[in-house]
Amino acid sequence: MSLRLPGSLADEIRRQGEAAYPAECCGALIGRVENGGKEVLRLAPAVNRRTDDPHRYLIAPDDLRRLEAEVRAAGLEIVGYYHSHPDHPAVPSAYDADHAWPWYSYVIVRIVAGRGADLATWVLDDDRPQMQSESLDVFSEV
Amino acid sequence: MSVTVAIPTPLRSFTGGRDAIDVSGATVGEVLDGLLATHTGLKRHLVQDDGRLRTFVNLYLNDTDIRQLESVSTRVSEGDVLTIVPSIAGGSPATETALPKLSHAEVLRYSRHLLLPEVGVEGQRKLKAARVLTIGAGGLGSPLSLYLAAAGVGTIGIVDFDVVDLTNLQRQIVHGTSTLGRPKLDSAKARLTDLNPNVNVVAHEGRLTSENALDIIADYDIVVDGTDNFPTRYLVNDACVLLGKPNVYGSIFRFEGQASLFYAKEGPCYRCLYSEPPPPGLVPSCAEGGVLGVLPGIIGSIQALETLKWVIGAGDSLVGRLVLFDALKLRFRELKLRKDPNCPICGEHPTIHELVDYQAFCGIGAEPDYRGVEISVEEFQDEREAKGDDLILVDVREPHEWEIAHIEGARLIPLSQLPDRLNELDGHAEIVTHCHHGARSLKALEILKGAGYGKVRSMAGGIDAWAERIEPGMARY
Repeated sequence: MSLRLPGSLADEIRRQGEAAYPAECCGALIGRVENGGKEVLRLAPAVNRRTDDPHRYLIAPDDLRRLEAEVRAAGLEIVGYYHSHPDHPAVPSAYDADHAWPWYSYVIVRIVAGRGADLATWVLDDDRPQMQSESLDVFSEV
Repeated sequence: MSVTVAIPTPLRSFTGGRDAIDVSGATVGEVLDGLLATHTGLKRHLVQDDGRLRTFVNLYLNDTDIRQLESVSTRVSEGDVLTIVPSIAGGSPATETALPKLSHAEVLRYSRHLLLPEVGVEGQRKLKAARVLTIGAGGLGSPLSLYLAAAGVGTIGIVDFDVVDLTNLQRQIVHGTSTLGRPKLDSAKARLTDLNPNVNVVAHEGRLTSENALDIIADYDIVVDGTDNFPTRYLVNDACVLLGKPNVYGSIFRFEGQASLFYAKEGPCYRCLYSEPPPPGLVPSCAEGGVLGVLPGIIGSIQALETLKWVIGAGDSLVGRLVLFDALKLRFRELKLRKDPNCPICGEHPTIHELVDYQAFCGIGAEPDYRGVEISVEEFQDEREAKGDDLILVDVREPHEWEIAHIEGARLIPLSQLPDRLNELDGHAEIVTHCHHGARSLKALEILKGAGYGKVRSMAGGIDAWAERIEPGMARY
């Protein structure tokens, strides 16, 4: 599958990563599945429940259940998640892969010295434990 | 009892696209087993190898997390809904390499550390993540590697090439009588692993050289120098400066010791303190000069202490300070060290950009060529039988060494007294000098040659070789 992400939302992910720096930002990608691809329509920033360690993020299951209910009511779906890697490349860490779920797209944005840089999207292999790069289509809405 | 299991979107490819599956069972655990039996693809996403739920998998029975109920033993009723809810977690790699978790056994083992706010769980995890290289498994390397291992340093590398000798055991407490004759690396590794099996001891067999030093040291966070010779000390210093690593320095001699932390990024290096090595032979080694057994224990423990403090980031380090210890007076003194702006390796305009030949730098290759002036213990024995008293054997050791053992018929003239007692030696006589291992007797040879004695030779290997090969009943030291 591929992930279509509007340019304005890619910028918004960078901004959230910059605001959270040197900690990590996190949130869900809300959208729909169409023609075998996922399209992101909006972001749902989440509260990072890991406050003990700036290099970790956690979206708690209660938060996720509430979000899931909201999203379904709007006829949409959570198609994936995003988080930032402060001063680390936009590739999944072993911890990311260990905690990933199949099917979801995991967008990672690299923040370099407080400035948002490149982003990439990843998806877990069906049989774990590796994540593979997924094709990312950042498009301009104008 | 039939329960509906709600399948989240990411797992629907393992249930043929279905979002709910009816499974029967009496408890949450039985329902889960039933689900996994029919949909095996779900297994690796929901449970660990040991069969327990993965930590980021949450099960809700109707609206309650089963962790707030009786976990997988929670009983279910007809019509209940069991919902699989993901926790979404991740993070950048920074802390993965930096801070591994502690097992319950480790928490117990390090409990006296964990009680200290300056160490705590975070400090202990830093120690577990730390990679410390110790150069030498001898007098200093013994106490410091024991304390580093006991303290829970995760990876301890050791560079050594020697075997355990009986003369080592008076101070090299990482070794023992049972490991005599074995490589020090094997002996130390066995002892350290027994002390703390959580420690990964990495053995680097051989000498540290200009060729391998950068490769070996690059893998470590901090280096502890436990060597007893100048070439290696300068080599360790230069490699650490070039790689930007801290170097915990210690040295001992007889009853005195010193320690510091050389870290060129924050303070002086060893070359700022001693820009040039002393002339070869001026400073005797422990083998020549002796050392009190406890002394390396004190200096090596200071080195271990500074290493632990640096890893956990506690207290005031020895950067910029040289601690001097006098065991006989039982007195510590401290010297302030300044970074030398003209230091050839860490100064403002460094001239050293790579490792050099440290043997040559310390003048060791430049020593006179002694070939032809040495005589083996076997040759000496044969010649003495033939020549009798015409062959004079001069023992240039100290009187207290003579008391331990001496060769029958030798004359004792300690090296320091030799220049003043030349009148005791017949200028026409054939002379053989000897000492403990053969180093001082070569210096005696130079004195004698300089005084016009033509027929002088030095006994290779000294009285130690004699005791080993000619007179096995003789005491060795």
